[in-house]
Amino acid sequence: MTKNLRVKSSEYIDETNRISFKFNGKTYHGFKGDTLASALLANDVHLVGRSFKYHRPRGIMTSGSEEPNAIVQINPGTNRTEPNVRATEIEIYEGLEASSQNCWPSVEFDIGGINNFLSPFFPAGFYYKTFMWPASFWEKYEFFIRHSAGLGKSPTSSDPDIYDHRNVHCDVLVVGAGISGILAAKNAAKNNFKTLLVDEKNELGGSTIFENNEFNKIENKSPSEWLKKEIDELKSIRNLEIKTRTTVAAYHQYNYLLARENLTDHLETKDKTNKIRQQLLKIRAKKVILATGALERPLIFNNNDRPGIMLSSAIKKYSEFYGVACGSKNVFFTNNDSAYESALSLYNKGINVEAIIDIREQSESKIVKKVNEAGIKIYWSHSVVNTAGYKRLNSISVMKLSNDGTSVTGNKISISCDCLGVAGGWTPAVHLYTQSGSKLKFDEEKKVFLPNQNTSEQISVGSCSGDFKIDEIIKNLNQKLKDTLNIKLTDLDNIKVEVDQENSKRNIWLLPSDKPVGKTKPFVDYQNDATAKDIKLALREGFRSIEHVKRYTTTGMGTDQGKLGNMHALGIIADTAGVKMGELGTTTFRPPYTPLTFGTIVGRNVGKFFDIFRRTPMNDWHVENNAEFENVGQWKRAWYYPINGESMHQAVQRESKAARESAGILDASTLGKIDIQGSDASEFLNRVYTNAWSKLAVGKCRYGLMLNEDGMVYDDGVTTRLGENHYIMTTTTGGAANVLGKLEDYLQTEWPELDVYLTSVTDHYATASLCGPNSKKILKKIIPGLDLSDENFPHMSFKGANIENIQCRIMRISFTGEHSYEINVQASYGKDLWEKCMEAGKEFNITPYGTETMHLLRAEKGFIIVGQDTDGTMTPIDLQMDWIVSKKKYDFIGKRSLYRSDTMREDRKQLVGLLTDDPNTVLEEGAQIVSELDQSPVEMLGHVTSSYFSPNLNKSIALAVIKSGKDMMGKKLFVPMENKNINVTVSNPVFYDEKNQRLNA
Amino acid sequence: MFLINCPYCGERDQQEFKAGGEAHIKRPKQPTELSDDEWAEYLFMRKNIKGVQFERWNHAHGCRKWFNMVRDTSNDEIKATYKMGEKPPAQ
Repeated sequence: MTKNLRVKSSEYIDETNRISFKFNGKTYHGFKGDTLASALLANDVHLVGRSFKYHRPRGIMTSGSEEPNAIVQINPGTNRTEPNVRATEIEIYEGLEASSQNCWPSVEFDIGGINNFLSPFFPAGFYYKTFMWPASFWEKYEFFIRHSAGLGKSPTSSDPDIYDHRNVHCDVLVVGAGISGILAAKNAAKNNFKTLLVDEKNELGGSTIFENNEFNKIENKSPSEWLKKEIDELKSIRNLEIKTRTTVAAYHQYNYLLARENLTDHLETKDKTNKIRQQLLKIRAKKVILATGALERPLIFNNNDRPGIMLSSAIKKYSEFYGVACGSKNVFFTNNDSAYESALSLYNKGINVEAIIDIREQSESKIVKKVNEAGIKIYWSHSVVNTAGYKRLNSISVMKLSNDGTSVTGNKISISCDCLGVAGGWTPAVHLYTQSGSKLKFDEEKKVFLPNQNTSEQISVGSCSGDFKIDEIIKNLNQKLKDTLNIKLTDLDNIKVEVDQENSKRNIWLLPSDKPVGKTKPFVDYQNDATAKDIKLALREGFRSIEHVKRYTTTGMGTDQGKLGNMHALGIIADTAGVKMGELGTTTFRPPYTPLTFGTIVGRNVGKFFDIFRRTPMNDWHVENNAEFENVGQWKRAWYYPINGESMHQAVQRESKAARESAGILDASTLGKIDIQGSDASEFLNRVYTNAWSKLAVGKCRYGLMLNEDGMVYDDGVTTRLGENHYIMTTTTGGAANVLGKLEDYLQTEWPELDVYLTSVTDHYATASLCGPNSKKILKKIIPGLDLSDENFPHMSFKGANIENIQCRIMRISFTGEHSYEINVQASYGKDLWEKCMEAGKEFNITPYGTETMHLLRAEKGFIIVGQDTDGTMTPIDLQMDWIVSKKKYDFIGKRSLYRSDTMREDRKQLVGLLTDDPNTVLEEGAQIVSELDQSPVEMLGHVTSSYFSPNLNKSIALAVIKSGKDMMGKKLFVPMENKNINVTVSNPVFYDEKNQRLNA
Repeated sequence: MFLINCPYCGERDQQEFKAGGEAHIKRPKQPTELSDDEWAEYLFMRKNIKGVQFERWNHAHGCRKWFNMVRDTSNDEIKATYKMGEKPPAQ
């Protein structure tokens, strides 16, 4: 029978809107405005999960994004399921389902709970220490470790939701909409700054809107009442944009921040479809005002993790904001005054508060007096030494604290209770501040790290800057706003504030028990089950750096990143090692502040939008003719054109034979094209290519090889001289953008005196490459008026012509070794050109071929492909291309490097041909080449770079790079494969038509 | 992410730019006259300073112009950007 712990109506809960949801298969009810946590608490459900290592029962500890324990799986078994979601952040909706994680078979009875009783055998570093030996057993261990690792379950089907990215620019970004953030945003916007105010919660106001300390007053009103009026006024301010449910995840340099705006997670499933679920805001802010508030600290004592033990401030929020009592017999345990506010909140609603355990000797504040008057028993100078209740707290043991706070004395008092609120003071949320690169300083008095050295235009205001009381907050905020926004007046100048002045605190990082530390379980990191005992062990084992202790004990490494316990870990290390906390420093706060979904990170860049792809003007024809495509850089290139169910091998063999026997046509539009103009264009080419260009006549083409300054081949292609000061350069498909970038680099930075202009025209031209002995006849049919004789239009020359009235550029150049023409037209005519060629070539059985056949045909000729036969370590000499390296030119990019001792070594890898002894065996590209078989280890001499079965030679051919390969002609080598050794013979890399007779065939 | 002041276009997001390594390394006019060591000095040796560093940047997805930047590598503060050929501003 579940109890109803709803205690009063709250303006934030709509009790007329009843919502049913399921938790661990059971149906519960809550109201519109509830979080999963508040709705569960209202149903008296505290046990929501099991801890990571010991599988201890855990309950809801907090009311916000810092929650370490209540992390659940949302909508399990659906494609919208999400693991590790904080129950304190999920707004319930009709039909929501959630389940506990890290437990089997159920959260009530979890087999893994045995780990709790075995815990003496799982000290810090257990895995590192245990699974080290014998080393060969690692694979067996790994299986079990992986099985038990992780908390929730990832979805197994693709995400049905859409996500988006948005760029946002503002003058002032205010992070956090508590009292400081609201006042900062209001004053910034009123002073004509374009302001964006974001908060992770769905309601503005932070903790002040449920503030109940009657001794605090703003303008004679309760702070919550006063703030609600301020919030109402925000709506009418121009220049102010407010985004709720928006978490700033990262704060990078130059005030660039990433925030996740949650748009549909609180909606019913039927309302989620076709809407953007989450949006990543990429914010550039001129000034950033951090008003991120503070997180309440727990206290670290023995068995401080049982369901029912919560932060005192969370109990207050559940009571005041959600109208839910977290227990029926409540006790508070505190080191400062804030627990008294929570106690009064419950007391005023008629809920039983049994006692307050306070480690201080006394407090004079008004609110403490009020609690005293209410008759609530206060145990001064006492500490909780143990707690009991496995799945729900049922009692605590209390003892008197010694004066120095290191031990307990006297009788043990047992107090029965079902909820314990702990209040250990406040930790400013400086996560975003440090992410921005700004530096913290430890305040010894307040025992907090505070903003100290700003690196960008930013200020921290309110409790994240160490101001915890309303009068300090408003006074300092006012001054900081004036300074940073450079304004004279604000509406905070004459605000009257009254506060309950006393604010004493006694800080003890690890509270003593009547048992030695080794026999206790004071949890520091709840999610990862790291205790004070583990931290002390790490220190005994010699760890000193806070970063090392963190990783060894896993403190602060859970999905909550230790938002609650990190300060205690630091404190315990400092106390144990006898160093000051300020010297110890903190671990690094890294983005994201709270976990992000992958969807938010990738936004729209999924599926076909993952990367840009480029298509040639002839693409539709390729698709209509059943081409298979391959990706070359961003291009989709026709790979081969299977007909009648051919395999790739069959299609390529047919295409390759046809191109040599009659005619073939290739879509070469993707080749990079750079238009080069200027009076120094020839000189420029002289400097960037290895060969000489000055004497190239207008109308002629030349193949060029481009090196890097280190002498290694970078790119190649044919460049044509269109006019005295006008060239068109072609580059490899994949290299086009980089070549242009490199050429621009030299032009702008090394040779600014050259009169040269570069323009990328890759996309402006479509190129069809006609090849084969009948290519000339086909071109003649298309352009009857053009004289195609070898005298008028020889190999390596260019003609401008018209196909009907379409201008075209025709280069007689060849990458296949056959008589061939590259016809370039304006891109929009590309498909027409292609279809004309196909029509004219019909009688010659013109065969379209793809990139695979192109690769095969050029390999038969021993032509290299930069990036396939080279890998950034090949010089032209290594490629046996000495002929293209000018000896006469004084300088070109990479020339000097060709004479370095290393590049002149005789035993560099050099390009050779390889023939298999069995002509039907085709080598695998990448296969290793050795000269010995019965030696181990054996030296790898090189590898196969290109390998095909040549239909024109009817045998297997390959190109390879082999150490000293030039001197190995005819040598027998071996290619050892998994099941067999293949015998090969080194050969000339030109396999076909060595005398180049077919170019003029 | 940096906000970079391109000397030709003004402030733009870092994703429009490409870093190009250390600045003010001049390509030798007569490489053939250098020893292997001297050439290697030009080709391979780069400073890796913690502190103020002079760098080349290219507004690759913008005006495509190369320019120089003075950046403090310890805190990523960009102290200045200036055109190629201009003298670095006094520090």
